[in-house]
Amino acid sequence: MSVIKVKHISKHFGSLKAVDDLSFEVQAGQVFGFLGQNGSGKSTTIRMLLSLIHPSSGNIEIFGQSIEKNRAAILEQVGAIIERPDLYPYLSAKEHLQLFAKVRKRQITATAIDETLAKVGLANRSKDKVQTFSLGMKQRLGIAIALVHNPSLIILDEPTNGLDPQGIADVRELIKKLAIEEGKTVFVSSHLLTEIEQIANQILIIHHGKKMVEGVTKELLDPQKRIVQIKTLNDAGTLQVIVAGSFSNYLLPRKEGIFLKIPTYEIPLLNESLIKAGVSLLGIETKNSLEDYFLQITSNA
Amino acid sequence: MWSLIQVELYKIFRRPRTYIAFGAIAALIVVIQLGLKIDGDTYAAFLMKDINDTLTVDGKVLNGYLICYILLQLLLVHVPLLVALIAADMISGEANLGTLRLLFSTPFSRTQWVLAKFIAASVYTILLLIWLAFLALFVSMWVFGTDDLFLMKSNYVVLIEQNDVLWRYVGAFVFASFSLLTVTSLGFLMSSMANNSIGPIVGTMSAIVFFTILSTLNIPLFTAIKPYLFTTHMNNWKEFFDIQVNANNEAIHGSILNLPKIKNSLIVLSLHIILFVSASIIIIKKKDILS
Repeated sequence: MSVIKVKHISKHFGSLKAVDDLSFEVQAGQVFGFLGQNGSGKSTTIRMLLSLIHPSSGNIEIFGQSIEKNRAAILEQVGAIIERPDLYPYLSAKEHLQLFAKVRKRQITATAIDETLAKVGLANRSKDKVQTFSLGMKQRLGIAIALVHNPSLIILDEPTNGLDPQGIADVRELIKKLAIEEGKTVFVSSHLLTEIEQIANQILIIHHGKKMVEGVTKELLDPQKRIVQIKTLNDAGTLQVIVAGSFSNYLLPRKEGIFLKIPTYEIPLLNESLIKAGVSLLGIETKNSLEDYFLQITSNA
Repeated sequence: MWSLIQVELYKIFRRPRTYIAFGAIAALIVVIQLGLKIDGDTYAAFLMKDINDTLTVDGKVLNGYLICYILLQLLLVHVPLLVALIAADMISGEANLGTLRLLFSTPFSRTQWVLAKFIAASVYTILLLIWLAFLALFVSMWVFGTDDLFLMKSNYVVLIEQNDVLWRYVGAFVFASFSLLTVTSLGFLMSSMANNSIGPIVGTMSAIVFFTILSTLNIPLFTAIKPYLFTTHMNNWKEFFDIQVNANNEAIHGSILNLPKIKNSLIVLSLHIILFVSASIIIIKKKDILS
């Protein structure tokens, strides 16, 4: 069942096309990774999903209903953080949750508020004013606001911004838990692509407002093949050896460095042939991550 | 809707900035009351100097009622600026802070949010006015006592018996609430068009100053538009203190000289409030929230 169905949405700001004919679907229970460089149109898309920005064209359906026509009913089941964790500096963490609990149509108990604060690791700072919080703590509170009313769909725009490594790991675990244990649908955007790789089961890459690729993360990453970077003292000479040999089909177009997308079993053969050809090899680094895939896709665009 | 109003009121009264206006009004009133308490007789003599030869006034001229009238004349010009500090920040302040997107992604419509914010700002405005009334009227009555209210107009004097004064102040404060709510709604309109706090506050203050100047200028070109400017009507609370007289030139107890003028002003101010709030709603509904 599709929780989000986006059909051919576009958004223009004057002559700037921020989102260009974007379509995708998010299934129930999925962790959907929404990837793109800064300014690629991710936040504009998320704002359109939340009815903060009116699309220039196209339709958005959430829970099978048009966001334009059934905004209130849809948003009752949605929790979101959008870009920066902007909050009221003169209110405490607990007051924020109490305040946002009030603007939900369902009853939210004091226990639920305390549990949500504990879930994001802010239980011991619940009475402190937000003006004393670090960026990471504000981000956690932003997530807590998104979760306090127990929504079915959670939209997280760059949720790990400003978090330390432990905080990033905590958010990753929280997202996994929300999807696996609580059956929630999570739509998450991030520029920390390695994070998406670890949590999303479906990804979409957007570039200059257009969809570049969409698919199941495992299939896109293709475990049978690996992206490798060849580090040498003479890149030009090394390239000649690769082109002359049987590895030229695996070469990836990059502005800098030599990258190949190569079957795993052929990596030792590549190594052997480079050494035989007298290449001053510094190393062959495996880069089989979504980040490389993402760079590959966007650099070709 | 009630929960939204509660949320907005909570935010207003948790902000330290809110109390600046209450503090400023208290400081001004206390300073003026103190000055008049210490040197009030000199001030009263100065007021009466032109009529001392033709009129003898018994009793206490400088009483709580007159002090309140003096204070209102001084403060009701400046209170709109204090109201603008909060009203003009209600939407744009949240846009600037980045919290507007949090509010607008809740299951309430933008119209509901704008109305809740306007009602909360109106509550703040009314509370400010009640605070002003308490200090200017009741504290003055307590400190200076009460007597008949003696007012000097441009070419005549008005004497209102003390048991005919209090209801006029109630009327004047109700009227003033319409004046200030017009300022609140103007601040709101400015606020709906911006994404920063300073612009709408300065814009509201500038608009008040600009239209006040137009309202006071006696240039034929502006005479035609004057009746439609809210600033022309904002100070008509004073009409409650003009009294009708009978054939013997005796004041008619409980009367108002120009009641239609008050009614007309209230209608014009109410129409401005409706216009400004409606325009704010339309602007906010069409706006893309990019902050």
